[in-house]
Amino acid sequence: MIATDLIGIEDLECADIELILETAERMQELGERAVKKVPTLRGRTIVNLFFEASTRTRTSFEIAGKRLSADVINFSTSGSSLSKHESILDTARTLDAMQPDLVVVRHHVAGVPKRIADELDSPVINAGDGWHEHPTQALLDMLTVKQEKGRVDGLTVAIVGDISHSRVARSNIYGFLKMGAEVRVAGPPTMLPPGIETLGVKAFTSMREALDGADVVMALRIQLERLSGSLFPSVREYSDTFGLSRATLRYAKDDAIVMHPGPVNRGVELSHDLADHRPSVILDQVRNGVALRMACLYLLAGRERAIDPAVRS
Amino acid sequence: MSRLLLRGGRLLDPASGRDETGDLLVEDGVIVAVDRKINTRGAEVLDCEGKWICPGFVDLHTHLREPGQEYKEDIASGGRSAVAGGFTSVACMANTQPVNDDPAMTDYILDRARQDSPARVYPVAAATKGLAGEVMTEMSALVDAGAVAFSDDGKTIMDSGVMRRVLEYSKLVGRPVMTHAEDRTLVADGVVNEGPVSTRLGLPGNPAVAETVHVSRDIMLAELTGAHLHVAHVSTAGAVAEIRAARERGVHVTAEVSPHHLTLTDESTSGYDTNTKMAPPLRSAEDVRACRVGLADGTLDAIATDHAPHAVHEKEVEFTAAPPGIIGFETAYAVVMAVVREDDLPPLELVRRLSTEPARILGINAGTLAVGAPADITLVDPTRRWTYDPTKGYSKSRNSPWAGCELEGRVEVTIVGGRLVFHTDRGVLAP
Repeated sequence: MIATDLIGIEDLECADIELILETAERMQELGERAVKKVPTLRGRTIVNLFFEASTRTRTSFEIAGKRLSADVINFSTSGSSLSKHESILDTARTLDAMQPDLVVVRHHVAGVPKRIADELDSPVINAGDGWHEHPTQALLDMLTVKQEKGRVDGLTVAIVGDISHSRVARSNIYGFLKMGAEVRVAGPPTMLPPGIETLGVKAFTSMREALDGADVVMALRIQLERLSGSLFPSVREYSDTFGLSRATLRYAKDDAIVMHPGPVNRGVELSHDLADHRPSVILDQVRNGVALRMACLYLLAGRERAIDPAVRS
Repeated sequence: MSRLLLRGGRLLDPASGRDETGDLLVEDGVIVAVDRKINTRGAEVLDCEGKWICPGFVDLHTHLREPGQEYKEDIASGGRSAVAGGFTSVACMANTQPVNDDPAMTDYILDRARQDSPARVYPVAAATKGLAGEVMTEMSALVDAGAVAFSDDGKTIMDSGVMRRVLEYSKLVGRPVMTHAEDRTLVADGVVNEGPVSTRLGLPGNPAVAETVHVSRDIMLAELTGAHLHVAHVSTAGAVAEIRAARERGVHVTAEVSPHHLTLTDESTSGYDTNTKMAPPLRSAEDVRACRVGLADGTLDAIATDHAPHAVHEKEVEFTAAPPGIIGFETAYAVVMAVVREDDLPPLELVRRLSTEPARILGINAGTLAVGAPADITLVDPTRRWTYDPTKGYSKSRNSPWAGCELEGRVEVTIVGGRLVFHTDRGVLAP
């Protein structure tokens, strides 16, 4: 692996992405066993540093670490450094002094995992930062698509929803583009960020155009609190214009699959029916998440520390 | 009687248009002779070969943080940092704690400055009480106490009716109203320039039109009232165009631009370094270009640092939570020298924008090398290379995007009222 941290898909080489996906496929087999544990990371300490409430992602990382026999410590805190009167970098330095082997960081503001990675000796995995990136989500999405479609190269992927405030969208845009797919984004104009085309995607405000001929349709979770920011007038209007149902899915290819990073607002961005049944692959995404995170932990924490312990003391 | 002869430097005096090699003689704090060759005896001699002899730089937009936030800066440390950057006069904004909205506070700041600061300090008083944007301050009493201008700076006056009355009333005292022109409803939560960079970084964007819209409004109000509007830290091509057009139709509007908005773009923010967070934010390359054109054609009259010290722990937080602003005194000259080198801005014009024009806007007796003027003089070496280390600077704070950068052009000597207050080899010498 070329990278020493996993902060964003933007920084990854294609070879890194391929290595992670291949490693994840090997890890998957472990999940099928009765005893789902290997000693690979025995004696290593992994800290889940979560500044933003998260159950699903944190649990996924925790299970991944435990299946590799690492000691996983959850450090959850909410609120900004201002409210705690402790700077982000002080938190990082405190943690560094405890000599973890890998730190998983989630924060509600973009850039914090990168600042922490710059400060820490140990590898850092970004578990989602603000509207910036959520690299393990995009990697598990790519893994799911690869398994469903046999490839990523040459596919058309449509991402629908609040692109402006979505780290999942950004990471998937970088990832699918790097792996040779065509990527489209769609949403109300107030939710398409300025200059999004500079990332290499086509932007649409029509579901019909965005989904036309798509192999993969990814719906994003709508944050209902955006209503107060006047980004959309009502849940009903959003659901009518950008909600994904069997009817709107007809614009896509016949064998198109439906994805969602979860948790789903049922009946808003995704119909009940689609949320639970094929062609949606939402639970496959969750299942793949564990294997994918095991692969990332293994690749980043499994190798020897770059700095000689003797030098550190 | 003290006598100081500056010998053989490039005399750059925008007020008279002089740009030639020569000597300058100071006697008892006053410039008494400027000529190609001055023969005198008994004077201390400063060899200025290869150096520029400039009227002392004037910074019309700074934050000295005293009273109230002395852990960031105080008048003593800010004044020392100023002269180390060649600034002999600085105007300090009113957002102290308590706010400088009262003649007693203006008086206090001036008293501290007389005791502690090697640079001359000129208070900018608040335009409205408590910077609340509601009730105007006692401008007449504040000017009597020593205020030179009025501004709520970062607390932009959003109420157009209040701004109109503030501008109108300011004509009573004939002092400029300085506007931090950003429409707060358009800025919203924005912390970086809105565009491809904010989209890539996933940080809330502050659109360029937030500035242009507000500059347009303030220009219209200045046109209505006939008052002197000064636009602080212009950052957008749109604002430059609005100011240029207003000037052409005779509106009394002046403007400043900061060294960072002349040299850095929003790309500098890519590493999430909070020392690249400013208000207004670093803009696009097109905006930087427009600001440089505006500086060259005189639309932007002055260069001002917006020196804004913040403590290390305040900046080591989430990008959205960090206070905006950077320190700027000690890097300003070297940073803007890039504009001289890259855009062929004549040295005389650079000095005009660092000294003569800001002095004119503030209405203070500075910005000239004329015989009889106070001997406020800055001596610079335009080609000397050095590496900036804010931990070795004079400000109490270190929040600079140029930390560790090699810069070209260095302030060598600063003289205030005939006194040598800074020498590059000896440091700040007084008070």
